Order: sequence, then C-alpha cells, then structure tokens
Amino acid sequence: MPLDWSPLWLSLRYAGLATLLATLLALPLAWLLAHRRFPGCELLDAAANLPLVFPPAVLAYYLLATFGRWPLKFNWRAAVAVSAIYTLPLLLRMIRAGLEAMDHSVENAARSLGAGEWRIFWRVTLPLAWRALFGAVLAGFVRALADFGATVIVASAAATAWLLPLAAVALAALYIGNRVRRAQVLA
Amino acid sequence: MIQVRLAAHGVDVEFQAAPGITALFGPAAAGKTIILDAIAGFVTPASGRIILDDEILFDAASHVNLPPRRRHCGYVARHWALFPHMSLRDNLLFPLAGLPRLERHRRVNEMLDRFSLEEAAPRRPHAVSPAQRLRATVARALIGEPRLLLVDEPAAGLDIAMRAEWYTVLRMVRDETSLPVLLAARDLETCFELAGNMLLLDAGRILQSGPPRKVLDQPAGVEAARLLGIRNLFPAEIVALDPGRNTSRLRLENFELTGPYLPGCLRGDRVWLCVEPGQLLAAPHDGSKPAMNQVTARLERASETPLAMRLEFAGGIVAEIARREFEAHKDNADNKEWLVEFPPHALRVLGCL
Repeated sequence: MPLDWSPLWLSLRYAGLATLLATLLALPLAWLLAHRRFPGCELLDAAANLPLVFPPAVLAYYLLATFGRWPLKFNWRAAVAVSAIYTLPLLLRMIRAGLEAMDHSVENAARSLGAGEWRIFWRVTLPLAWRALFGAVLAGFVRALADFGATVIVASAAATAWLLPLAAVALAALYIGNRVRRAQVLA
Repeated sequence: MIQVRLAAHGVDVEFQAAPGITALFGPAAAGKTIILDAIAGFVTPASGRIILDDEILFDAASHVNLPPRRRHCGYVARHWALFPHMSLRDNLLFPLAGLPRLERHRRVNEMLDRFSLEEAAPRRPHAVSPAQRLRATVARALIGEPRLLLVDEPAAGLDIAMRAEWYTVLRMVRDETSLPVLLAARDLETCFELAGNMLLLDAGRILQSGPPRKVLDQPAGVEAARLLGIRNLFPAEIVALDPGRNTSRLRLENFELTGPYLPGCLRGDRVWLCVEPGQLLAAPHDGSKPAMNQVTARLERASETPLAMRLEFAGGIVAEIARREFEAHKDNADNKEWLVEFPPHALRVLGCL
C-alpha cells in the first residue's frame, strides 16, 4: 500500500502559515509591550495571552460562537487563522522576553546617534536578538503543528471534505466541543 | 552652552555648562546617570527645561520633548555600547546614514585616523583591545558632530593603563573641540585630571559647584566634605575670637585649638573643623607637656599608603607622615601615646566662610 504523505504536508503547510501569521502579529506587539508604557498595555498583554489559558476545544468553541454568526466561510484561511491565534501567546511571550533581555544601552546609543526606532529595530535589535526570536518562532511552529484541536473543530464546523485525513479526529473533537457547549448551556 | 533644570526620579538640579569638561561627581545613586539620560532624552523628567545652544530640548511647561535622535547629544555609555555585530568601521558609519557615500567614507577615515583605529577598523568590538574599544566609542559619539557630549565614566574596569588612555582621549576631545562635555565621574582623580568645573551631587541635589581645586579646598559643608573624602572632620565650638591677634580659640570634644581669626563667625557658633592628614605633625609622646595646638592621642593603627604612612589615632584623628619618619619611631607604633600637632594655618572651618 503506498504511503499517503498528504496529512503531513497539510499539517506542515498549515503550521507554517499559522506561525508566519502569528509572528507578524507578535513581533510588533512584543516590541510595543517591551518598549512602551501606555494606558491599557497590561490589558492588551492579558488579552493577547488569553488563548494560552483556554483548552483548545474551549477556544475553538468561543471562536465559533464569535465568528460563526457571521456569514464567514470556514475554509483553509479560517483554519490557519485559528491556529495562529492559538500560537500567538507563546510567540508573544518568548519574543518579548528576548527583546527585554537585550542590553538597552546599545539601543539608546543608536538613538543618540540619530537613528529612528524603525532603523534601530532592523539594524540593531533584530540582529542582536535574532537567536531568541528564532527560538520563539521555532517553538511557535511546534505548537501550531502539535495542537490541532482548535483548528480541527473550527475547520470541521465548515463540514467540508477538504480536511479528509482529519475527519476522524474532527469527529472526536466535535464531540468534545459539543460536550463543552452542552456543559455551558447546562451551567 | 547647556542650561539644565530638571526633576526626575528623585533628582532635582539646576545648572549650566560651558564648553570644556564639567564633571558630575557624587556617590553611587546620586543621580549622575539619570541627569545624563534626561539630557540625552532616554528618560523624561517630570518637570524642568533643558536648553542647548538656544534650542529647547525639553520643556515640561510647553510640552516640548525632542526625541533623542534630534537632540544632537553624543553619548558615551558606561559599558561603551558599541554595536557588537558590526565592525568598528560600520559602527562609525551608523550615525552618518543620511550623508552621501563619499562624504561618509571621508568622515569615517578621518575619525579612524584621528583615533588611531585604522588597523582595528575591520574588526568587531569583541576582537579589539579595550583601549581601541574606548577610542571607537568616543569616535562614534563625535562623528555625527554633536553639540554636546555626555560621558558616563565606567565604574569598574579602568585599570591603571586604561585610566591613562581614558584621560588621554577625553583630554584630546576637550582640547580639539569646543564642545561642552558633561562627565559623570566616579572618582575625584578624574575631576582633577579633566574637569574645569565640577558639580558635587548627593541624593539628587547639587551640594556645591566650582573648579575642583576650589571645591576641595573649601567644601560648602560637612556633607560636601564627607563626599570629597576629607578626613579629620571634627565638630567644634568657637570659644574666643581675637581680631587683634588674628586668632580664634576652638573647643573640640576633648581639647582646644588655636586657629586663624574667623571673620563672619560669632563666639559660641558651632562649626565643623577639618585638617588634611598630611598637614598634621605627629611624633611619639616623650612625656613633656604638650605645647600650643599639640594633643596627646593613642595610636590605634598605622597603615601604608602609596606615598606615606597613615596613622589613625583614637578620637578619629588621621595623620599622614613620610615613611622614613615613621620608621624612626617604629617601636612606638601600637597603642602608644603620640603628640599630634595641629598647625593653625592648616585648620579649615566649614560653615561660616
């Protein structure tokens, strides 16, 4: 029997896209939280970390409850988006820790030498913190790859056949999701 | 010319600095670095105003707060803060981003030449000697042609050779440019070597300002004297003043001294008296009656300094005498009575000058 590699490729592709999306969101957010104090920054920090405390099924349930009302078509984009939201907090925490661990006197030196924040980020911060950032992105990718619960529930809610390899898992996940939903309705 | 008035993080100061080196001197956490950071724009003061050459850098009242990159202040950080991932040449090129290519390279080569860094230019900061790192930092701070140089002297890591290099480089900056330089100095020696003016800081306040020699000779008060490391500080009471013979009589805890006349003081005033250890005369007590201004004191400890012997007596009196002189009296070293003489001309009175 020929081995079907498609689930692996699918997972890698989706985890990759989700990590990319999460990184693009987490990088500016982490920079902002690490460098600026503004009203509501703690709230933003807490909100961005919220997906970390939810079990995947609960997160998926809330995402469905929030976005399911809209005539949103659940296609592969939705799956990537959910995976990205799930990965974001971890990436954010790790990137922020990396940025905060940097020697700020080097960044201050660049400021006094006439560089703007954008230039400092690309020429000084990123080259000096890239190890930490790379580690964060790698961890994010692994998390996106491993945790498929939330994604599968959302994706299967679309009831399309394109995630066939995951159909079995989806059924199980749906069952969990329904139980959570029922538990909440009862509560 | 820079005029500073600011209050930030427990610091509340007001001063001006002309071209030449102005040293900020004080103990750790006196606020030296905060002042430099506030001028550079890294820290926003709660109130005050900073004016550099007629340009307002910061004014709390009118909400002016220029970002650091538009303040034109060179900053030499305590740990150099060279970009570790760039060669020294790229470090020097960094501030010149907006200039045409030829002009950039001309200026960098000129700086490399001036600070003797041509040979080290292609190497990264961790691969060059500490002295070259120091020179590269100062060169990088100067290459953008700042209007003010802020220098945070390293607290540690300046050994004797590096210290000499440090003085050479800063003296060169002082003599070859007409920049005002604000230097957060960690020891008095730096102030004397480099600064034309010093501000004595303690707990965020300026206690005294003036040329270093003058500050050391005439401390404004007992706190200033303590910060300057002046020994032999004694509280005293003026018991007599004789303008005719130009003398005064001072009562200390256990003895009385005759000093110079103190204009502006009244009988009964309580003052602080200080004497430089090197100006005290000390010899073992041979049983004779102490003469004028001589005091008997028990020698508690004798220790060697690079230049002399330091003798610490009971009652907090510290004298320094030449080592050869001490060797002659070696038998009288420990716990023996000595005669210490306070020459009237050496007595300095703080508090009613």
